[in-house]
Amino acid sequence: MDLTVTYLGLKLKSPLVASSSPLTESMKNIKKLEDAGAGAIVLPSLFEEQIRGEQLGLYYHTTQGTYSYAESLTYFPESDEYRFGSEQYLDLITKAKSTVSIPIIASLNGASEGGWTEFAKQIEQAGADALELNIYFIPTDKNQPGSQVEKVYFDILKAVKSAVKIPVAVKLSPYFSNFANFAQQIVENGANALVLFNRFYQPDIDLDQLEVRPNIHLSTSHANRLPMRWIAILKHQLNVDFAASSGIHTSDDVVKMLLVGANVTMLCSALLKNGVFYLLQLEKELIEWMQEHEYESVAQMIGIMSQEKASNPSEYERAQYVKAISSYKF
Amino acid sequence: MKEKKFAVMDGNEAAAYVAFRVNEVIAIYPITPSSNMGEWCDEWAAKGYKNIWGITPTVVEMQSEGGAAGAVHGALQAGALTTTFTASQGLLLKIPNMFKIAGELTPTVFNISARTLATHALSIFGDHSDVMAARTTGFGMMASSSVQEVMDLELIAYASALESRIPMIHFFDGFRTSHEENKIEIVPDEIMREMISDDLVKAHRLRSLNPEHPVIRGTAQNPDVFFQNRETVNRFYINCPAIVQKQMDKFAQLTGRQYHLFDYYGHPEAEYIVIIMASGAETARETVKYLVNNFDEKVGVVQVHLYRPFSLEHFIAAIPASVKSIAVLDRTKEPGALGEPLYQDVVHALVESMDSGSAKFKAMPKVVGGRYGLSSKEFTPAMVKAVLDNLKGKNPKNHFTIGIVDDVTFTSLDYDPNFSIESDKVIRAMFFGLGADGTVGANKNSVKIIGEHTDNYAQGYYVYDSRKAGTLTVSHLRFGPEPIHAPYLITNANFVACHQTVFIEKYNMLDNLVEGGTFLINIPFEKDKVWDYFPSSVQKQIIEKKIRVFCIDAQKVAEASGMGRRINTIMQVCFFAISGILPREQAIQAIKESIIRTYGKKGDEVVRMNIQAVDNTLENLYEVEIPQKVTASFDVNSPVPDYAPAFVKNVQGPMIAFRGDTLPVSAFPVDGTWPTGTTQYEKRNIALEIPVWDENTCIQCGKCALVCPHATIRIKVFEPKYLENAPATFKVMDAKDKEFAGLKYSIQIAPEDCTGCGVCVEVCPVKNKTNPKLKALNMAPQLPLREQEAKNWNFFLSIPDMERTKIKVTNLRQQQLQRPLFEFSGACSGCGETPYVKLVSQLFGDRAIIANATGCSSIYGGNLPTTPWTKDANGRGPVWSNSLFEDNAEFGFGFRLAIDKQKEIAINLLKNLASQVGEQLVKEIINAKQKDEASIYEQRERVALLVEKLKEINTSEAKKLMTIADYLVKKSVWIIGGDGWAYDIGYGGLDHVIAMGKDVNLLVLDTEVYSNTGGQASKATPLGAVAKFAANGKPAFKKDLGWMAMSYGNVYVASVAFGAKDEHTLRAFLEAEAYEGPSIIIAYSHCIAHGIDMSRPLTQHKLAVDTGQWILYRYNPELRQQGQNPLILDSKAPSVPISQYMHSETRFRMLANSNPELARTLEELAQKHIQERYQIYKYLSERKINSSD
Repeated sequence: MDLTVTYLGLKLKSPLVASSSPLTESMKNIKKLEDAGAGAIVLPSLFEEQIRGEQLGLYYHTTQGTYSYAESLTYFPESDEYRFGSEQYLDLITKAKSTVSIPIIASLNGASEGGWTEFAKQIEQAGADALELNIYFIPTDKNQPGSQVEKVYFDILKAVKSAVKIPVAVKLSPYFSNFANFAQQIVENGANALVLFNRFYQPDIDLDQLEVRPNIHLSTSHANRLPMRWIAILKHQLNVDFAASSGIHTSDDVVKMLLVGANVTMLCSALLKNGVFYLLQLEKELIEWMQEHEYESVAQMIGIMSQEKASNPSEYERAQYVKAISSYKF
Repeated sequence: MKEKKFAVMDGNEAAAYVAFRVNEVIAIYPITPSSNMGEWCDEWAAKGYKNIWGITPTVVEMQSEGGAAGAVHGALQAGALTTTFTASQGLLLKIPNMFKIAGELTPTVFNISARTLATHALSIFGDHSDVMAARTTGFGMMASSSVQEVMDLELIAYASALESRIPMIHFFDGFRTSHEENKIEIVPDEIMREMISDDLVKAHRLRSLNPEHPVIRGTAQNPDVFFQNRETVNRFYINCPAIVQKQMDKFAQLTGRQYHLFDYYGHPEAEYIVIIMASGAETARETVKYLVNNFDEKVGVVQVHLYRPFSLEHFIAAIPASVKSIAVLDRTKEPGALGEPLYQDVVHALVESMDSGSAKFKAMPKVVGGRYGLSSKEFTPAMVKAVLDNLKGKNPKNHFTIGIVDDVTFTSLDYDPNFSIESDKVIRAMFFGLGADGTVGANKNSVKIIGEHTDNYAQGYYVYDSRKAGTLTVSHLRFGPEPIHAPYLITNANFVACHQTVFIEKYNMLDNLVEGGTFLINIPFEKDKVWDYFPSSVQKQIIEKKIRVFCIDAQKVAEASGMGRRINTIMQVCFFAISGILPREQAIQAIKESIIRTYGKKGDEVVRMNIQAVDNTLENLYEVEIPQKVTASFDVNSPVPDYAPAFVKNVQGPMIAFRGDTLPVSAFPVDGTWPTGTTQYEKRNIALEIPVWDENTCIQCGKCALVCPHATIRIKVFEPKYLENAPATFKVMDAKDKEFAGLKYSIQIAPEDCTGCGVCVEVCPVKNKTNPKLKALNMAPQLPLREQEAKNWNFFLSIPDMERTKIKVTNLRQQQLQRPLFEFSGACSGCGETPYVKLVSQLFGDRAIIANATGCSSIYGGNLPTTPWTKDANGRGPVWSNSLFEDNAEFGFGFRLAIDKQKEIAINLLKNLASQVGEQLVKEIINAKQKDEASIYEQRERVALLVEKLKEINTSEAKKLMTIADYLVKKSVWIIGGDGWAYDIGYGGLDHVIAMGKDVNLLVLDTEVYSNTGGQASKATPLGAVAKFAANGKPAFKKDLGWMAMSYGNVYVASVAFGAKDEHTLRAFLEAEAYEGPSIIIAYSHCIAHGIDMSRPLTQHKLAVDTGQWILYRYNPELRQQGQNPLILDSKAPSVPISQYMHSETRFRMLANSNPELARTLEELAQKHIQERYQIYKYLSERKINSSD
């Protein structure tokens, strides 16, 4: 059975890719993921904001209270070298590359103009096979038109593309007025793949403390309908690779995503919930499905249920379920 | 730049620089001011730096100086080149081993930053009382007077020790030299290699204990041979001085710097000379040079470099034959002796040389001795001149003091404080800053820039406050084209900078400025409004001295650059721009380069922020136009209010205003006894923001008062009638407690004492219903509230406290009505220890006697000028004392023994007097249980009655009983200290004391690190935490002190964390005190050394408990007696991964930044350990106890 796929110009042995998550931050897990058959690994995002925060935090806390009292002029030993998130991240890329043979895709979330390109270059130099841009920001300014919001994405992408030679995927949210048009422009600006979709952290309210708190829930299969629809719609409109992300939990989910046109399926919550070796089971079930349905390769499957090819393409566009239209007869 | 290698460093670094290079094993224990030497070595070892043989020395931190000395002795005996660093009491603890090391003729050098020994009081500052106490050990003693000498003489000392086999103390003045930064010429490693003979190292190794050629040492000898054996060493001591001189000569050949055992400077035919050692010698030398060069005075100075073995021959040779009178200056006091040690040696030497005819003088010179500079008291050229002038009189005063006014025994010499020898070529600058604003850091940086990147010389010395929060720092910087030899503070500066606006209302900084000097102030006003802010005396001086004034709103620039309160870089740029010490462009470039050097490793963001601050500075710097006359109608604030008691006004007031040096001997008590309750008079006004109470939201839980580290939030419940004269803005509400129905409730903040930490706001559990951003306490700017709230505070104080018997102390909301008898201490803002200390003072303060180990708690508890322990309305309050660091448990145990003994005597007397005072009363007094406030109150009443009755009885027994009747009321003995004491240096004593079964209460303020000396690892430091001497994360688990204490079975043990479960803390304190046996409470104390947000420290308490890092429990032996399991586990099973706690504190996170792999490994190990530890505690707490157990 041929499970190989092409994604971002890379040949992957399987469409099952470990998505950017805390799982992919340790070398131990990266090795295990390879052993379990992952086609590629996306590392956790390098957050520029976090690195800046880390630097300021270290500076603040190691200088707090110093040179105030004669007996305790400082409180910490001085190190010659500090390795902040970025350096550790680059180390992780280098180590991962030297340890496993599957492609390593880095992920970047910049905060400043310079940050995106600078870190992208460093990531490329560290040996990453590709880069996934994790661009998101929540526009809250009522005076900012949507076109400006979209421009931010294009500018970042253009800048990064001009800075690196490795393929670049863009992970997007669905919250654009005309997503198809926006996606097209992203492709025009040089994206080699679209990762649909980013799951945002949604704040919650702590009812005891009356405070806004982070509350991270793992996804369920329900979440995969949205990327499924959009990959199906865009597959044959845009000449770009697709990675399906969000809510891929079962082998059925994987198959569906491939059928609508995803080149790869990104797994995160499923692995966090079931462990790294759940990949083996997914692979086994994928093969069983293929055998049962007489497919010899994944390549054959990709995109056969896209909007263009589906027997009832309008279903992808339907916004509300309308009861039994077709059964009505004049 | 010259070819030779120069660097700016302080004396400690210079000492460590050599020590690290010529040793293989270094065993230390932190003690101010020597700690940095060990820390430097540890840091270099952690970075893998090598000694001159290409080996990285092993650096170990021991549990005490005694332990360090033992390890040094052992390492020396086993053949390693070994050293240690210490000072003061630390040196005393090493003395037993030093006798052994010297007795066995073992070469080593101990570097000592000489510090005052504690007598009537502790002092962290410098004098020679410590090294003089070690002069009988048989160690040689060498003294250095400057940072350069420290580096040079230390190497000479090592070379000499190896050749002579006499171990050496190499000492220099604590702080004055140990902490003075100066530009020095570095001794290159090659020269060290030449000075340290491989053959002598080999000889040392061959003498070591080695089973391949066995010998034994350390035998016990008897009267028949000990004496003769002791005399075998004589020839080594006889040969030693010549060896040292030989090494000095060799060093001179290699470096061009020539030293002698006794160096003479001055007129070749001097008639009046001073003999002195260490930094004072440098001042004397420069003064003599000035007097000879300018006035051809026949004066001179002999600087002693080798004090032991004292070479008579070399000494006499150094003194000019023309000498008529000699003044010997000692930086120590030996009460009861005919004179101080150096004086006695000099007299002795002169007499012997005259006797033997070897002296070259026509007649025996007149010799007088004097004391100077105790506890870093300033020693200036003016004082040297006064000492020399004294010699010129017919009858020079002997046994004099210089630098103080002794109006009791009239020992002091007068001196003219205006006499100065400062050169015009030297730029002298003083900077008044706040600890938190980075002033000192910036000045250190400036000294480096000038000293290391130009041909100029530079000196930096920094004076710190005695408090830890909101502290004033004064930087004294000198820059000039010649080496700077001026080990005394600047008093006539060309440049004075005031980095905090508020100082202008408190201190007269311009006293130190010369005519035509420059004054720079950070002030948030437009340049034409600045003048109006200056008090009248400041304006007057500006006009009279023709001072140029510059201003900048540095806070504004800092904030715009993302620097928060750190205005350091901005003020540094201003200094360079105004002083013209370097061309402006060059200076700015140098500052920027230095920012990259200093902060580069800490990340681009920090560099960017600082560079931006540099770029934003100059456009905000203005010169202020000076009017012709004084316009201000106000002056610098008085340090204490008019209503303060006389002692506070006359003694503590001047100390607060930095005029303590002017106080005469007669002002002080003779034995170190000091009044309590004096912090209340020092209104420090250090908070930028203070909490404001919202009575409409408050639920009266009392938590804010509990957590307040400085006792500045108080609660009172009182009769409505007391509100009659309340100020209009005084806030009050109805008391909610059922027991307090009909009464009023008020929370009041002491606005001028609050440090603005914000912990009260963090703990406040209630949200404003209409705006959940707000709580019942909210921070607001202090300045607009100051006057109003000060009035409210004074009114609040006038309302009587709730009677203690009416307060249910087991209920926190009520218990917090108890008045804190520990208030407004100098602890850090947001301190994690003081809430526990304050709780003790509230619960038991009116009958508490406290032994306090040296450390943070003894500093904020007892460091002058004012002290926080105070009295209640009845005049009762805690008595407090600090003995030492290591002996605190024993010290407090002694309190218990004395109390019990006096109670026993009182009861015996009572029984004897029963018929006269009444059988019933005697019976009641003797049988009183005194278990709670009410019964203690009743006992007080009985004893008061007894005393009344005793007054009527005119017998000696009655009089005896009168003096000790107080002991019939229960006393509460508290033994308080940090983890350094409890886990390390004092552990042996602590263990013994809890094993003795007496009723003492030990409170361990566990910050998990030596906080007071700057964050060295202790055995309480948790696995993975970065601390000094654990730069790669503590590799071992935290010692389980509670577990060890529980093993006795009869010790009450509690582990508490007030931020996690305050009621539990309260309960543990009550149970511990009630338990009639030894109790120990181990209290989680967050600390600035953890690298946390000090305004939200309670989050860390919760995390520590939720992760299982800190387990809450109580082990009460009384439960066992009742057939129950004595261990109550008060923590739930760990529910949060330890990584969350570790990631939230810089002490752990630093390791993740420097060694992420190791950090991860230790994190996993910590997680495993936590689970196991919790399981064990759970098992023990759930165990069924058989009654037969």
